[in-house]
Order: sequence, then structure tokens, then C-alpha cells
Amino acid sequence: MTIDPNSINVILATDCGSTTTKSVFIERQPDGTFRQTQRGEAPTTVEEPFADVTIGVINAVTEIGEVAGRKLVDEDGRIIQPAGTDADGNPVGCDIYISTSSAGGGLQMMVGGVVKQMTAESAKRAALGAGAIVMDTIAANDGRKPHEQIQRIRELRPDMILLSGGTDGGDEKKVTEIAERIAPARPQPRFGSKFVMPVIFAGNKHARGSVDNAFDESIDLQCVDNLRPTLEEENLGPARDAIHDMFLEHVMAQAPGYDKLMGWTSAPIMPTPGAVGNILTTIAERQGKNALAVDIGGATTDVFSVFDGVFNRTVSANLGMSYSISNVVAEAGLDNVLRWVHLEGMDDRELRNRVKNKMIRPTTIPQSREALVFEQAVAREALRLAYVRHKEFATTLKGVQQQRTVGDTFSQKTSGATIVDAMKLDLLVASGGVLSHAPRMSQTALMLVDAFEPEGFTTLAKDSIFMMPHLGVLASVHAEASEQVFTRDCLVVLGTCVAAAGDVKWGKPAFSWEMRGSQNAEGELLGGQLKLVELTAGETATVTVKPARGIDLGAGPGNPVAHEVTGGSVGLILDARGRPIALPESRDEARDVVEGWYRELNIIDEGDA
Amino acid sequence: MGQAYTPGLKVTTDTLLKQRRVLPLRGEVMVQANTTVGAQDVVARAELPGDIMPINMANRLSVPPGDVRSLLQVEQGMQINKGDVLAETKGIFGLMKSKVLSDHSGVVESISDTTGQLILRGPSTPVEVLAYLPGKVVEVLDGEGVVIENQVSLIQGIFGIGGEAFGPICMATSSHEEALEPSHITDNMRGAIVVGGARVSHAAVQRAIEVGVAGIVAGGVDDADLKAMLGYDLGVAITGSERIGLTVVITEGFGEIAMSERTFRILQSREGRQASVNGATQIRAGVMRPEIVIPVEANDAHDNAESQWEAGQLAIGRPLRVIRDPWFGRIGTVSSLPAEPAVLDSGSRTRVLEVDFGNGEKAIVPRANVELIEA
Repeated sequence: MTIDPNSINVILATDCGSTTTKSVFIERQPDGTFRQTQRGEAPTTVEEPFADVTIGVINAVTEIGEVAGRKLVDEDGRIIQPAGTDADGNPVGCDIYISTSSAGGGLQMMVGGVVKQMTAESAKRAALGAGAIVMDTIAANDGRKPHEQIQRIRELRPDMILLSGGTDGGDEKKVTEIAERIAPARPQPRFGSKFVMPVIFAGNKHARGSVDNAFDESIDLQCVDNLRPTLEEENLGPARDAIHDMFLEHVMAQAPGYDKLMGWTSAPIMPTPGAVGNILTTIAERQGKNALAVDIGGATTDVFSVFDGVFNRTVSANLGMSYSISNVVAEAGLDNVLRWVHLEGMDDRELRNRVKNKMIRPTTIPQSREALVFEQAVAREALRLAYVRHKEFATTLKGVQQQRTVGDTFSQKTSGATIVDAMKLDLLVASGGVLSHAPRMSQTALMLVDAFEPEGFTTLAKDSIFMMPHLGVLASVHAEASEQVFTRDCLVVLGTCVAAAGDVKWGKPAFSWEMRGSQNAEGELLGGQLKLVELTAGETATVTVKPARGIDLGAGPGNPVAHEVTGGSVGLILDARGRPIALPESRDEARDVVEGWYRELNIIDEGDA
Repeated sequence: MGQAYTPGLKVTTDTLLKQRRVLPLRGEVMVQANTTVGAQDVVARAELPGDIMPINMANRLSVPPGDVRSLLQVEQGMQINKGDVLAETKGIFGLMKSKVLSDHSGVVESISDTTGQLILRGPSTPVEVLAYLPGKVVEVLDGEGVVIENQVSLIQGIFGIGGEAFGPICMATSSHEEALEPSHITDNMRGAIVVGGARVSHAAVQRAIEVGVAGIVAGGVDDADLKAMLGYDLGVAITGSERIGLTVVITEGFGEIAMSERTFRILQSREGRQASVNGATQIRAGVMRPEIVIPVEANDAHDNAESQWEAGQLAIGRPLRVIRDPWFGRIGTVSSLPAEPAVLDSGSRTRVLEVDFGNGEKAIVPRANVELIEA
């Protein structure tokens, strides 16, 4: 369906999550720009006794209608489209209605390829980019014996399978072998025994016939362009589109009420994380920025990034703040968590029991200050680990031959190097309970800085009501409206972080700084120091920094940099702690240092311990 | 909002329990509708297709994949025994032939001309589903399983490990506040569901395994003890498939915590009776808690003191348990339900309630941090 963007004035969007359906209302303003004006939410109704997602959608939309004084749902329980006026001249309806969905656990996929680091990894990137959870990756060289792989496929219950392998014109045999392992395993889908398992083949186009022969009627095979037509090229678009189509045709169609919902929407329903990727890519493209967004939930942490136009998404399935909090502590180690705790007297055994109690009662919230400090310390480690995994995954293509010149003699750059560069990062966006609902904005800002360790100049922001999914689908219909709402209403700018990388020595001069603009100030920072400078929302200034020898703030070691910065609810954070942030080994000393940072950022008040 | 809802764990002396007992794949239902079944009766059975063994015949014969079929001495669907000849090369002038023998027994499922692979499927494995809930078969799900129903005493735990277990209830401690130690486990507890009061130690579990105890029900467990029992640090609460030698059901949580007095009392009143327990826990969407199920008998005493409350309803006077520090594990009643959100010590603003712990001690607690004691 083609929609003329000029005819759109009133936009209604919903995101059907596992537990909550969130609705937002966007209207064109008299000056022609788009703003988000209302929002509502209601419990998701996919599960029994309702078993119809549209009930939750209508409830969430009705809430908006009541607040906005606009009738959005007609007597038959349908969303009124297009916008107009009723007999009394009152405004009714919306011009477009769009939706995303992650209800029922989202889209769960298994991917396969020939070489784990090459075609299988490209397949994984395609699936993650489309918004799926990748349950397992099967490859000829994944270290498992064929019967072990088959056993694993039998145990999984994916919604669909993406199979790749072989460059076009290359080996056909290996990829057919993988297909021959999937076929007898007869993977069972999650929904319904009558459901035919969709398999997307995005491998060597010459192997389509033999792959087709490997499967019988229990598989619905769809062949699309090779996602790795040559070793040097990755072409994820056709596979991602096929995943979205199959998601709508097979997975969504099985979920209660979605057939009805699909008939209402003006654009195809997207998996929620896929939509987040869409908005981030749109913003990065339109504003020429490198951006990174994180969504930390109870069970998983999603990291999305766009560097030099290349989008990557990772899902850390067992890094979360409730269901998987115990796993975070096990993986990071309690000592690593406690380095962020400035309070004394926390007993290790009691803390471990508390972590397990949060795991089995995931909906509880920290009541005491001590519990909050500990939970935010765990969050730093969950975010850090998720970021490490993201950096490892977001790489240049592996297996590509590099042409080296004399100039590269001393360079260690190889194929498969990470494309995530903390110095190049322009925008860092936070979302998810522990970040969005932190009692103080400065807590959110410092959790981001401590976990992601941005270098140079980076704008920090949060998506407090998690509107990115809605705007992601909107971007596919009306990119301009999507960008305007993203910048003005979706993001709450926390401020700008200016951080030193390189050879920072604690206690020695790191850099001098000068701010001119809405606010004027200057000073000098020693290694290990953190400083907060007032620069409120809407204010801008030019910050000039002059680093000491060996220290880099974006223009190379020792070189001064000037940059326009924006203020926010926190302000300008000057960070001379070096990268990586190394705390004193003694827990007592580390506690004092961390306490000093928290005081500087007003995370703790005067008089508080 | 007129009412607030906070789900709790079910602890009741008498409730109608319905259980769907289904096979993982289609099979045969062994019982008929309206018959009575015992806990360990087999109600459905199926044959799980055997393991798959791919054999790379092209490599083994040193021929191109397309030539494999002409050298095979077996056909699709044929039953093969270990050591049988699968294929034989033509050799040179009929001499120096080499044979490929099967390393496994099974049925030839497919032969590929593209890859030269032969797929052998091993013998199937029988899967049986037990009734688990002794009672009446109220529905037969054709080829899938049954629905069983019975009046039972039902106690849901908060966390467990291990799968389904059966045995008579055996009280090991004299009070709900007494920790379960190795000294409480005696040889006559073999095959029993042993109930301890407060925290169960790793040593007590080890002793129980030695004796042959079927299951343990206790108030709490320490994180370190759980790690020792499992041999690893549990990251996500999805359990049920552990094989440590018995099933463990924890009713309250982690740490030094006594079993709720009411839970202990109910179990005590059912001492000697056959119980079905399941440690399987899944704390995700579609939450699943461990449980102890004991069929009700005619002369059983009922304790429906709290049945005046609507399930999940938060109201003044309602008994509850605090499930987060600083009052973790304390039991009290709702004494006030302020409508306005309050600012906590942590700085968060949220909806709260006031709990009366008895003896005049009261506290303000976030509504998210309490659990109703459901009858």
C-alpha cells in the first residue's frame, strides 16, 4: 500500500509487548511539524482468557482517545480511519494506524550456514537485524558431530529457519548437507501441530534445486538472493524482507487476533526489535551520525548500533535485570559488580541470596537505597557484558582477503575486526526499566558512561517511554515525521559526555577545558576525575579541550578539539578516568573513588553515606 | 483504581485440580474416560523416533556423490543391523573390492545424490506419561493424552529442582522454624517426601540422597548450597530436568527463612499420605511453580480461613508476605492502601501499602514487593 506522506496528519501507533500494549498518538502541529501528543497502555491480551491481541490494542487506544477527546474506535470495535469529524464536528479517527509486536516471546529463529564465521554469521546478522531471537546457529564447522546437530534441531522449536551457505557459483555440497541434517530432524514449530515449518534459503543460488530435494512437504521452502553472494559482499536485505514476510504469514497469523490486527494496519506489522533497528538506521542516515541504543529488560539486553551506515543488533539472551539477574552476577563475578558499590557492610552471602530472590520474584523493586545501588551496579555489568558481545559480533566481514600496502605493515587490522568505535560514537540511547526508571537522570547517565565507556564527544539520551518501536514502523511510511518525533519527544537528552582515552595517569593532568555559549566555564581535570558542568536542556555551547601528551579526545593524542555540545537534564559530563575505567584494586580505596564520582554527579547527596 | 491485584502462591487444603497430561508427540492413550487412575499409572505412550546417523558414503567409498547409489547394497526403508554391508566398490577388474559396513543398527531413511550421504535412523525410544495426579480421567485427548481431575490439598512452592516424584509425606522437623539438617534424615525415610521447616543445607540433601528420599520440601535454601547441589551456579530459573537424585521444593525463597506456618501445618496434617511433587519451575511468561499435590480424603480437616478473599485482591486485613528486603520473608496483614504513590528510600516513586506485622510493628512497602497468601 502506498501512502502519500502529505495526506498524513494524525498517526496512531501501538507496540504489542509480551505483557503491555503501548499506544502513542502523533499529530501534525500548526507549524507543520509532527509531535507526539498522547500515550496510553493496557495489558496485552494474547493469552487466555482473552486470546485476542486486538482487545488490548483497543483498550490502549481508547485510553488515548479519552485523554485526547477524540473518538478513535467505532461502535464495531474498529479503529476509525481516516481522520475526520463526526456529525457534531468533533475530531475522530486517525490517518494511519501502525503496529509492532513482540507478544508471545517475539520471533524465534534457528539459522544455519556452512562456515560458522562466514555464511552462518551473516545469516545470524540477517535474523537479528530482522528482530528475531536466534536460538542456535548450525554450521558445518561448529564443533558438533552431525548427529549432535540433528539432536539439537529436534529439541528446538523455532518459528522459522534461515539457511545460507556457499557463495554464488561456489560449493553446493556443503550447504545441501546442512539441509539434509535439518530435514530428518523434522523441527517442530512452537505454534500448532498443523503449522508447516517455514525455511528461507539464502545461500548459493545454484544449490536451490538440491536444497529443495532435501526437504519434503513438512517444510515450506522459500528461496531468496544469497546473503553472501561473494566473500567480500554481504546482502542481507532480501533475507530480512523474507523473514518479515514469513513472520506475518506464518507466525503472526497463528497468534490469536493478529489476522484481525493485520487488516487494520496501514503498514506491515514489524517485530519490535526490527522496528527499533529501523528508526536507529533512519536517524543515523538522516543526521549522518554513528548511534548506539540499548534496551535492557528483565530477561535480555538488546544492543543496536549504526557505525558508518552499517547496522548491527545483538540480543544477549541471558543478561537481564530480573529473570536473568543471577546469570549476570555469575558471568560478571560478584567482585566486578561490587566495584560499583560505594556503600560498606554488604555481606556477600546475603547479596547472593538477594540476587536469587530477585530471580524467582522478578517483579519486585528496590525499596532501600542500598538495594538500588546494588541493582544499578548489576546493571552496569549486564550492559558492559552485552556491549562486549556486541563489539565481538559487529565486525567487518570475516574470510575476506585483505590487500595490504607498505603502510599497513605495522597495522594489526584483519578481516573480522569490530566496527564499533567508541571514539566515533555520536549518540548513545538508553531504554529499559533500570535505565528509564532510575530515580535520578544522573544515575542513568553514569550507568551508560561506566558500561559503554564512550570516548571523545558523545550525546547521552534516554527513550523513557520506549517509543522507538512505534517510530521504527513510522519511518517506513513517513521518515520525516518519525525523525521529528524521535528528536523532540522520544529522546530525553541527558547531556554530553566528553571523555579522555589513551594514556591517562591518575592524579596527573589529563586535559584542560573551556566552554563558551549558553554557559561559560573552564577548568582542568586530573586523571581519575569526573566533573559535572551545568548545561541544561535546550542550551548549547562550544567546548574546547586540550589534552595532555598521549591523551586522545577525538583528534589524536595530545591534539586539542573543539565541539558543539548540547545540554540536557544532567549536563556536561567531563570524564578523565581513562579507558578502560580501572578502579583501585583495594575494595576500600575503590569505594572512596566511586563515592567521589557519585557525589560529583549528584547521584548521592551531601550528608548521605 | 478500586482494587489492586497482587498474585500469590496457592497454599490450600482443598481445591479442584485439573491436570493435562500429554505426550510430546502423537501416540496412544492407555486409559479410558471416567476411569480412576493412580499417580504412577501410565496414561499415554508414544515411540520417539530414533537418533539420526548420517553416513558420508561418498567419502567412505572414495567415489563422487552421484555414483554412491549404484554401489549401495541397501535401499531406502530397509532395516540394517550393525555390521551389515551398506555398499561395495566395483574394484579393479572385479578384484580389490572394498566394503562399507554399518556402524549402527537402524532403518535407511534417505540417500542423497548431491552429497552422497546416507541417513540411518536408529531404533525408536518409548516415552510414557504417568498420571501424576491420582484421580478421575475426565477427558481423553485422542492420540495426545488425558485430563485428570481430583480434589486435592495443593501447595505451590516458589522454586524447585528435579522433576516429578512420588511418596508419603514425612515430617522431619518439629517446627516450621527449624532448619533441615542431616541429623533429621533417617533410614526409614527412603522413598518419602521429607518436609523440613526452614533452610535445607547441602549436607542434608546429600544425606537424603544416600538414604533414597524421593523429595524434600523446605522453607529456604542458601545460594551456595544450591550451587553445591547442582554443581553449577544457576543463572535462570528454568528447572525440572536436573538429575541430582531427588526433587527439592522450596516454599519461601533463598536464605535463612522459615517455612510459612500455615504451609507447615497443612503438610503436618497430611503426614503419611501419598503425595505427588514436581520441582519444575519456569519463571518467564507462562510462569510455572513447583508443587506438592495430596488428594483429599473424606475425613480431612479443611482450613479455609482465607477463602473470604477474592483471588489476587489486595484489601485491608488481607494476609501477605513481603518478598524483598528490608523486610524479606516477613508475614503480616494489609493495614492501609494509600491511593497516592510514595517516594521510597531508594528515591523511586511508586504505589505502596502499609503492612502490620503484629505486635504494633508497621511498615510501608511497595505493592510490587508483596505476595498474597492465597487460600
